[in-house]
Amino acid sequence: MGLLNLFRRTPTFRHGVHPMEHKEQTAHLAIRRLPFAPTIYVPLAQHIGAPALALVKPGQEVVRGEPIAEAGGFVSVPMHAPVTGIVRSVDHLVPTAAGPKTPAIVIDTYEASTQEVLYGREQDLSTLSREALIEAVKASGMVGLGGAAFPSHVKLLPPEGKVIDTLIINGCECEPYLTCDHRVMLEQTDRLIAGIRTIMRATGAKRAIIGVEDNKLDAVQAIREKLPEDGVISCEAVETKYPQGAEKMLISSLLKREVPSGGLPVDIGVAVYNVGTLAQLGELIPHSQGLIERVVTVSGPGVGKPGNYLVPIGTPLSFLMDQVKSSSDANEVIVGGPMMGMTVASLSVPITKGVSGVVVFEQAAEDQRERPVHPCIKCGACLDACPINLNPSMLGQLASVRHYETMESEYHLNDCFECGCCSYVCPSNIPLTQYFRIAKSVNREARAAAA
Amino acid sequence: MSRKQKKVVEIRTSPHLKKAISVEQIMRNVVYALLPVCGWSVYQFGLSALVLILVTILSCVLTESLFCRLSGRPNSVGDFSVIITGMLLALTLPPGFPLWMAAVAGFMAIGLGKALFGGLGYNVMNPALVGRAFVQAAFPVAITTWTPGFTEGRFLEFIPSSLALPFMSPVDTADWVKSHAVDGFTGATPLALQKFEHVTTSTMDLLTGSVSGSAGEASALLIFVCGLYLAFRKMMDWRIPAAVFLGAALISGPLHLMNPEIYPSPLFVILSGGLMLGAMFMATDMVISPMTPRGVWLYGIVIGVLTVIIRQFGGLTEGVMYAILVANALSPLIASVTQPRIYGATKKGAES
Ligand code: SF4
Ligand code: SF4
Repeated sequence: MGLLNLFRRTPTFRHGVHPMEHKEQTAHLAIRRLPFAPTIYVPLAQHIGAPALALVKPGQEVVRGEPIAEAGGFVSVPMHAPVTGIVRSVDHLVPTAAGPKTPAIVIDTYEASTQEVLYGREQDLSTLSREALIEAVKASGMVGLGGAAFPSHVKLLPPEGKVIDTLIINGCECEPYLTCDHRVMLEQTDRLIAGIRTIMRATGAKRAIIGVEDNKLDAVQAIREKLPEDGVISCEAVETKYPQGAEKMLISSLLKREVPSGGLPVDIGVAVYNVGTLAQLGELIPHSQGLIERVVTVSGPGVGKPGNYLVPIGTPLSFLMDQVKSSSDANEVIVGGPMMGMTVASLSVPITKGVSGVVVFEQAAEDQRERPVHPCIKCGACLDACPINLNPSMLGQLASVRHYETMESEYHLNDCFECGCCSYVCPSNIPLTQYFRIAKSVNREARAAAA
Repeated sequence: MSRKQKKVVEIRTSPHLKKAISVEQIMRNVVYALLPVCGWSVYQFGLSALVLILVTILSCVLTESLFCRLSGRPNSVGDFSVIITGMLLALTLPPGFPLWMAAVAGFMAIGLGKALFGGLGYNVMNPALVGRAFVQAAFPVAITTWTPGFTEGRFLEFIPSSLALPFMSPVDTADWVKSHAVDGFTGATPLALQKFEHVTTSTMDLLTGSVSGSAGEASALLIFVCGLYLAFRKMMDWRIPAAVFLGAALISGPLHLMNPEIYPSPLFVILSGGLMLGAMFMATDMVISPMTPRGVWLYGIVIGVLTVIIRQFGGLTEGVMYAILVANALSPLIASVTQPRIYGATKKGAES
């Protein structure tokens, strides 16, 4: 083993890019609590799947931690009150980072209300059946905190005939600027391991591997110190590279297995969870509590007090921006990381369960400066960057002449997961990823119209 | 809410970061890499080479501007790619090439080789080589007239043929060469010497460029070093020249072993003629080479092999130009048969 290790390089996937990390601003800062905003906006659709259904009425008093909406279907989760206060509305329209407005429950926070969560009761997990565990996960309202916002309990029920043998825990956090997962791994190691245990039981997985990028070796060490003796959970360093944290990439780095095109990790016996998700589950499930806050990295040149903040779900960006002293020159606020996140058009957008970071830029920095767009010079940089091995240059040329169908039928458009590597490297500054998003949505609409 | 929403003005889509390398930067670095090669050429051949380079650049720039204006595209001279074409073109011509012909070559390089296809990124062949191929056909005598380097007074006077008037009978440089040539100058390039007289030029002379030949094929070593600079800055695909040399060696090696009298050694093949310049600066032209990882190897090997075949078995001593033009034409085909397997595709293809 020792000798073998000498010859083994840090596991990784093929291609990808190395953007500047910009993590030093916040990586050393412990998680801090953000005060309650005077008004909280909890959107009913902040996860992938059917929106939740409100359980409360305007004028009703709610206690922090109390359920305020129930799951609207199997692929859906309940919501819990992030603050103690009075419900003002249950169908107020708030803007989202993605653009369209969505109904939200609005709560006016009681001044000086306590941070403590009084709601919930202790439960002994060891006595729970698998089904009861899955129910408990669903009741917590947990979704993927890494950004996907996919309801966590759905992954626990593999389709007929599929078995999950390995649990992969994603601690890569490959987006520049973001450090919230890093802090969670350092500060909430016990909760993380408790969460892994729970999910292993719920899935029946035989082993669990935590993959952490090798720019966070302190986290690897912190976790390894706490690993249980039985050896079913391990922690592996993987190469620091974007998008190492993408599900498919991490699986091939750690297991050398590929998720089939158009398929899911479960097809090859794998379930992937983000470290933040499991750390939260490890804390919430034993107390049968719901997800009401999350750690958010707030960083970037436009932030005066960058850091990792524990933010109540539903806190409007404007309140957050005031708290972190965002500069008055801020001209771009990104929800998520700078590689895959979205620029918001309005600061009324609330923090939702899937928001891992808020990055604020002032005047364009060196690596995000606007440049003229040139024709493709066929340099091939995008081919060398695409982790899926697509041909973004060809796809881009087809997109510019609107041959969207050919892109799909012959150049595997639907395998593109919009990581942005191709756009990032393109010296001609062609907005390739944006082209692909448009092409996909046009194809989707065409299919819907035909059906 | 105390903040004004109007402050958030930029709405862009991800990724919000860009690698700090642009087309202009790549092109500018190619220009830097070519400057020493041009400099050496001027040092070797003097005033004629200097003016030759300036004329082709000027001609290319003017042609590009003209076509941009005609087609209503924004003027693209600023992206430096035309300057590269101008420099490369000059480097493939004999140093004493009549300047008016050089101007025609520049016009053809851009007009026929690039603008016709829609400008930067759309051409299908290397514009400089298109320009050279045109003048090769149009002015066969002038393009095979070589003059010696390092002549006295080369910085003060032109090689007489440079100043030939358009469409007049060609100037005979024989007398000038006789009066200026260092001992033993035959006017033949190392390739011609080797092919027709079986005289091999020493490797040292090839490396340093103490041979006759076109303005820029002189010092193989210098061209190699300049190419390395680009490869190190990741602005050139090193696999292409490597594949060209490999292809050339693969075919010239066995031939040389069979009959060293007639067939030169791989080293000679690689160092002589325009192969070094072609492999480093023309075959690597991004626009017209394939992008697929296996495709670049195949493409380079095709160039290397074709070069040797044309040199040895064709009527031309200068095979590189045609080899690259042919490979350019094959490039889309090469790319399409070397598409890499995508992530997660099953063995039978993504459909199954
Ligand atoms: S955005 Fe799509 S095409 Fe571009 S690199 Fe990522 S997966 Fe490949
Ligand atoms: S990176 Fe841009 S310029 Fe280069 S091949 Fe891809 S699309 Fe073309």
